[in-house]
Amino acid sequence: MTEIGLVHYLSVAAILFATGIFGIFLNRKNVIVILMSIELLLLAVNINMVAFSVELGDMVGQVFSLFILTVAAAEAAIGLAILVVFFRNRGSIAVDDINAMKG
Amino acid sequence: MSMIKAIVFLPLLAAMFAGMLAFVDCGDDKYKKHKLDLYAQWATAGFMVVAMGLAWLTFQQVGLQGDSYTVTVLSWIQSGDLDLNWAFKVDTLTAVMLVVVTTISAMVHVYSVGYMHHDPDVPRFMSYLSLFTFFMLMLVTADNLVQLFFGWEGVGLSSYLLIGFWYNKPSANAAAIKAFVVNRVGDFGFALGIFATYMMFGTVNLDVIFANVSAMADANISFFGGEFNAITVISLLLFVGAMGKSAQLGFHTWLPDAMEGPTPVSALIHAATMVTAGVFMVSRMSPLFEYSELALQVVTIVGASTAIFAATVACTQFDIKRVIAYSTCSQLGYMFFAIGVSAYQAAIFHLMTHAFFKALLFLGAGSVIHAMSDEQDMRKMGGIWKMVPLTYVLMLIGSYALVGLPPFSGFFSKDIILEAAWAAGSNVGNYAFWMGIAAAFLTAFYSWRLIIMTFHGTPRADEKVMAHVHESPKVMILPLLVLAAGAMSAGWLGFSWFVGENAAAFWGDAILVLEDHTALEGAENVPEWVKLMPLVVGVAGIALAYVMYMFKPGLPALLVGWIKPVHKFVFNKWYFDELYDAIFVKPAFRIGNGFWKVGDQAIIDGLGPDGVAQTTRDTAEKVSVLQSGYLYHYAFAMLVGVVGMVGWYMFIVG
Repeated sequence: MTEIGLVHYLSVAAILFATGIFGIFLNRKNVIVILMSIELLLLAVNINMVAFSVELGDMVGQVFSLFILTVAAAEAAIGLAILVVFFRNRGSIAVDDINAMKG
Repeated sequence: MSMIKAIVFLPLLAAMFAGMLAFVDCGDDKYKKHKLDLYAQWATAGFMVVAMGLAWLTFQQVGLQGDSYTVTVLSWIQSGDLDLNWAFKVDTLTAVMLVVVTTISAMVHVYSVGYMHHDPDVPRFMSYLSLFTFFMLMLVTADNLVQLFFGWEGVGLSSYLLIGFWYNKPSANAAAIKAFVVNRVGDFGFALGIFATYMMFGTVNLDVIFANVSAMADANISFFGGEFNAITVISLLLFVGAMGKSAQLGFHTWLPDAMEGPTPVSALIHAATMVTAGVFMVSRMSPLFEYSELALQVVTIVGASTAIFAATVACTQFDIKRVIAYSTCSQLGYMFFAIGVSAYQAAIFHLMTHAFFKALLFLGAGSVIHAMSDEQDMRKMGGIWKMVPLTYVLMLIGSYALVGLPPFSGFFSKDIILEAAWAAGSNVGNYAFWMGIAAAFLTAFYSWRLIIMTFHGTPRADEKVMAHVHESPKVMILPLLVLAAGAMSAGWLGFSWFVGENAAAFWGDAILVLEDHTALEGAENVPEWVKLMPLVVGVAGIALAYVMYMFKPGLPALLVGWIKPVHKFVFNKWYFDELYDAIFVKPAFRIGNGFWKVGDQAIIDGLGPDGVAQTTRDTAEKVSVLQSGYLYHYAFAMLVGVVGMVGWYMFIVG
């Protein structure tokens, strides 16, 4: 049984990050999924922060991750609010229907 | 000395003053506008009368007492060998022109006060008139060819502005452009002549040129790959300029059209002064022309041909102003063939008398047109002489002078020209003489045709116009009286000075005639029948006109029926306009169209601005397809970008 070290944490974070990114652009259904993917990206970054903080013995990283969590919560609240308004206006939150910016 | 400066620059001041008034916006204030009009009219006319007085003083000093002088005003161009001054060369030739120009101009200014009083643009008109006078004075006082050219172009400009004065009339605009363009062709020759002069003489100063002419008599110049006599080439080039300005055969087409301008303009510019600038210029360059037999012969032939050509056309026209315009053209022809036989003095003499009687005729015609409610067609006139007796008498005086009946002025000047042509004894001299006699006959005929059609017979205008026929106001009649006095007396007053026994003292060295060119001296001793001939044909022409238009009014129509093709040819002005239209105007339009549509629009615009814009637009359209509007496409593009950048940073840079 090997000890769980920095590399493992970073690997998990990388996998989470990749999942988040693929969640954004492979998703054709729902804008809520995009919001959730963004949340995953932030979490991946947070894991990186905490992992490095422990590894380097510097508390700033963990403090920073708390800030990121706060901002992420605010962002999720605003994102959902926009989504509600958007649904009222357009009657749909399917990603494929959102192409008003088409050139 | 400073008098000459005043003469030249007073009209410029007047033009500037009236020009400023032209910019004042009166809105609906009729009273203010009327007052401004009056200021413009009387200021310009007043300045002109002062200039006229000074010009007569100068004439007395320079012409009669014989002290010619040159005044330098400013240095103009100093570049390498070229050293030019603004300077006034005042000799007898200039003095005569000063008197003619300022007198006619002053009279026309005063006349315009009455004639143009209902026009909405009075200050502008007066400003143009004064500006013209300034340029004309600049032309006649020039002491070098470049300054002469300055005046030459200036009068061309003023002529353009005044022909197109009624600019909302399309025909007036077309006539103005035609006059300008035809004159440009002549001016091109003139400019080449000046260049050639500078090349040969190394200066454009008249006095220096004249001093060196005899040494240059046999010099050659290469021109179009051949060697020609330099003096001949220069003279002919200068003559091309003179032909343009003086409406000689081939360049005459603009003059009749120029009658679109107001009548005072026709009188001042297109009869009395500007069109005689060519005659003045050639006389001024007499030391040059004298050394070139060929150039003189060309001048004679062109002059004589113009005289007869224009006279035939004048016989068939119905527009009163056009008849007089063709008459002007014909009389200018007389002046030129007088020059061609080295009788420059006679040419200038005729220039002066002609200025008086032709301005009189034009202003008289203006008075008639004014009386007939702006009708110019002689077919719609007739029978008005009792209603406008003064105008009638004045027109008669003008016509007598034009036909050359003694003792009116034209008699003296036209006879001396014809006698000189005969006395020249050369082939071209004989040609000129016989053409001149024929033209004199036609002159008498068309003059009386004009008088009879306009004033006698049964009225052909409608009742409304006839009821309105009235004598012109005093301000219009007064200048006519002055001109009539000139037309009656200029001949016998000037004869001995200009061409008679006092001529040598009078002219001084203003005009050079070589020893063996004795036409003018010979004119004294021509056979009796030569002296009588002009008078006889003149009376015969008048008699014929009376028969055809007074006693047997059916005769002209009958005659036209007999010689239909000839009449048609002459009536259409020998088809010069049509010919030029086919040779120059239409091809020019086609070439212009080609350059416009193909050269400019297709090639330059097509490849340049429009092409670049079109390519940009096309590319943008293609690229915009990439902009799908789907968020996940953008996100993917961003990812690819980030991966690319990081990869580049890690593996290439790092």
